[in-house]
Amino acid sequence: MLVSEMKPHEEVLTLLKGSDNVYLVGCNGCAEVCQTGGPEVAAELADKLQKDGKVIAGTTNIDFLCNKVLAGTRLIRDIDSINKADALLVLSCGIGVQVVASVVDMPVFPAANTKSMGGAPGLWPGEEKCGQCGNCLLGYTGGICPITGCAKSLVNGQCGGTTDDGDCEVENDRPCTWAQIYQRLKTVNRLDLLKNFMEPRDKSALLPNVATRKTLYWAVDQDVSEPAATEGCE
Amino acid sequence: MSLSDLQKKVEAGDFAVTGEIGPPKGVNVDKCMEEAEKYLKDTCTAVNVTDNQSSVMRFGSLAGCRMLIDRGLEPVLQMVCRDRNSIALQSDALSAYGLGIRNVLAITGDHQSLGDHPQAAGVFDLDSVSLLRTLSLLEQGKDASGGELDGVPTFFKGAVVTPCSDPIEPQLIKMEKKIEAGAQFFQTQAVYDIKQFETFMKKVEQFKVPVLAGQVILKSVGMARFMNANVAGVQVPETLIQELKKDKEATKSGKTGAAICADFLKEAKAMCQGAHLMTLGWDHIVPDIIAGAELQ
Ligand code: SF4
Repeated sequence: MLVSEMKPHEEVLTLLKGSDNVYLVGCNGCAEVCQTGGPEVAAELADKLQKDGKVIAGTTNIDFLCNKVLAGTRLIRDIDSINKADALLVLSCGIGVQVVASVVDMPVFPAANTKSMGGAPGLWPGEEKCGQCGNCLLGYTGGICPITGCAKSLVNGQCGGTTDDGDCEVENDRPCTWAQIYQRLKTVNRLDLLKNFMEPRDKSALLPNVATRKTLYWAVDQDVSEPAATEGCE
Repeated sequence: MSLSDLQKKVEAGDFAVTGEIGPPKGVNVDKCMEEAEKYLKDTCTAVNVTDNQSSVMRFGSLAGCRMLIDRGLEPVLQMVCRDRNSIALQSDALSAYGLGIRNVLAITGDHQSLGDHPQAAGVFDLDSVSLLRTLSLLEQGKDASGGELDGVPTFFKGAVVTPCSDPIEPQLIKMEKKIEAGAQFFQTQAVYDIKQFETFMKKVEQFKVPVLAGQVILKSVGMARFMNANVAGVQVPETLIQELKKDKEATKSGKTGAAICADFLKEAKAMCQGAHLMTLGWDHIVPDIIAGAELQ
């Protein structure tokens, strides 16, 4: 399971600056468990956004957003409403955001941060990978993850090594992730997002939650009135 | 709080030339220091010292810079983000200031797997943009976590840009970000086609920031072809390759490379604020370039 938590609402509003008409995509999988997705959370967020003056073009909740085929077929059904929107806001882990970006040619923004599970694997049935960095920046990168994609995990644009063919300096047989991000933002007409200064990554958000570092015996010895094992999921 | 000569010169609108030395792998630094003193001291305003260039482990940039100062040369400290986290980068920037170094060039750095220590960790805690911003913070008396500094440094902060990158737009966007983060001058990747350079300079005019045209001295036909095939954003035109082919002796001695560079700079000097000469060990031809391009 991938653990996520909602981004602060102000950050969501910053991401949605200039996008007045928003389409929500929620995930009923892990995100529902973490309360960053699912019908209730999506409806709540829709309410909030309407109060902030946004128009909600529609909402689709999908069982497992990490399943690209499922996501594609479900979103196609509502393509008319989606086309009316300026942007899609995705309530899921980073993989869900990347999946939506890969099936719809529109600006896509994350509503949640995916947190580190400290080694526990997520569900990765597709090509999209989430580094569980704790501070999702897919909203600035056209839904393509530079943390897992770029060989240096750069956050402020491509390095000087991108080859003349647009490949990565390290792995010459695949495209430079930042070249892809540039192309994608150009396609959705949001190159302005590339100009944002991205703060250095907060590596403390990468630390696994304390519970994952304790041993089984530690867990047994714990006072059950402190349910540390669920930390990170609230 | 004295300004570096490089800063004074480019800010006064004068044409500035910077050289570059790459310290050796090992501690025999005397040779490159002697050559720098002999050939670069009177020809260059400042001299870059590379930082484990191409991800190959070498004698360090910080010490190399201080050694240049001891010989009466002004250094440009290259800092890459590959080998040090944000604590070490900030600490080294403060140390550099303490050692009298003012010019700092912020670079992301090649990936470690391209050098001779592919097994090493690549840090990239900061990147070129956030390193510039961090240096700017230090100048405001704050560290990257907002802590107060006891004694505040000042730098002349530089960055790099690739004029012949295709598409050029990502370069321009990143250049603008670097300027906003504090970059006060740019040294470019090697450029050989004056028309291409002119087009680039027109595009960056709006930024109003000094640009030093980068020149990698062409040492041989093989090197030119190798760069064309392997170095991102570098294109040596076929005409120059033919030029290098013509007279083997002249090419070998550096005459041809110096002449090609001088010809370029003669035209380029009206378009930009300086030149950055990357001689890859051939410091001895710098005086010829300066004379050929009529820069002194
Ligand atoms: S070439 Fe692109 S993907 Fe590769 S390290 Fe540089 S920015 Fe990252």
